Amino acid sequence: MTIELNGTSYETDEEGYLINLSDWNDQLATEMARVDGATLDDNHWEVINFLRNYYEEYQIAPAVRVLTKAVGKKLGKDKGTSKYLYELFPYGPAKQACKYAGLPKPTGCV
Amino acid sequence: MATKKFLYVNRKPPHGSIYALESLEVVLIGAAFEQDVTLAFIDDGVYQLLQKQDSSAIATKNFAPTFRALGDYDVNKIYVERESLEMRGLGKDDLMPLTWEDEDDDWAEKDSIHIVSSAELAEIIEQQDVLLNF
Repeated sequence: MTIELNGTSYETDEEGYLINLSDWNDQLATEMARVDGATLDDNHWEVINFLRNYYEEYQIAPAVRVLTKAVGKKLGKDKGTSKYLYELFPYGPAKQACKYAGLPKPTGCV
Repeated sequence: MATKKFLYVNRKPPHGSIYALESLEVVLIGAAFEQDVTLAFIDDGVYQLLQKQDSSAIATKNFAPTFRALGDYDVNKIYVERESLEMRGLGKDDLMPLTWEDEDDDWAEKDSIHIVSSAELAEIIEQQDVLLNF
């Protein structure tokens, strides 16, 4: 599969995750969200940027339980709940947010 | 879901085969499903935990930083066999520090790595439900 943006096509896997992590930019994230019928606001970006930093540091996308705990620690307790994260990313915070962040699907995600 | 005690035994160096990376991935999956996970590093497996790894010269992903995420996954029982370290001229200071935060102790940061003798490790193996060798 590919995703088109400004005349360039970017390779993705069959579920829409970017093949080359280095292809990522914020316009591409916005486009991926648009295809899913979503609009990204500051709260979405906060989680997306958090995931990108986590990947940079640990070389993995965290499982949802780990993400929830880590977001609570880093962005405030009120945000470290599954309710908050599922409201932002209804298809599953780890799965959907990782996709927009240009990361592979989280390990342990089925 | 019933919880079982899983022990992952790592005996191979980090690169040159896929065993080490595959083991780590399975560990993360097991931990994501909230199983009771313990890791053991024996023989050349101790090299997986070395500090300051750099795999750029062999064009392979350096997954050593991922071990540092294990604490987030509540994996905090990491046993390294003393004899294997000594045989390779290594000590605890050569290994990367791995820690976890104890929720029941005001999030105190604690060591995840325990250096144990071969005999102590045998006892740990004895207590497990499932043993996976990599």
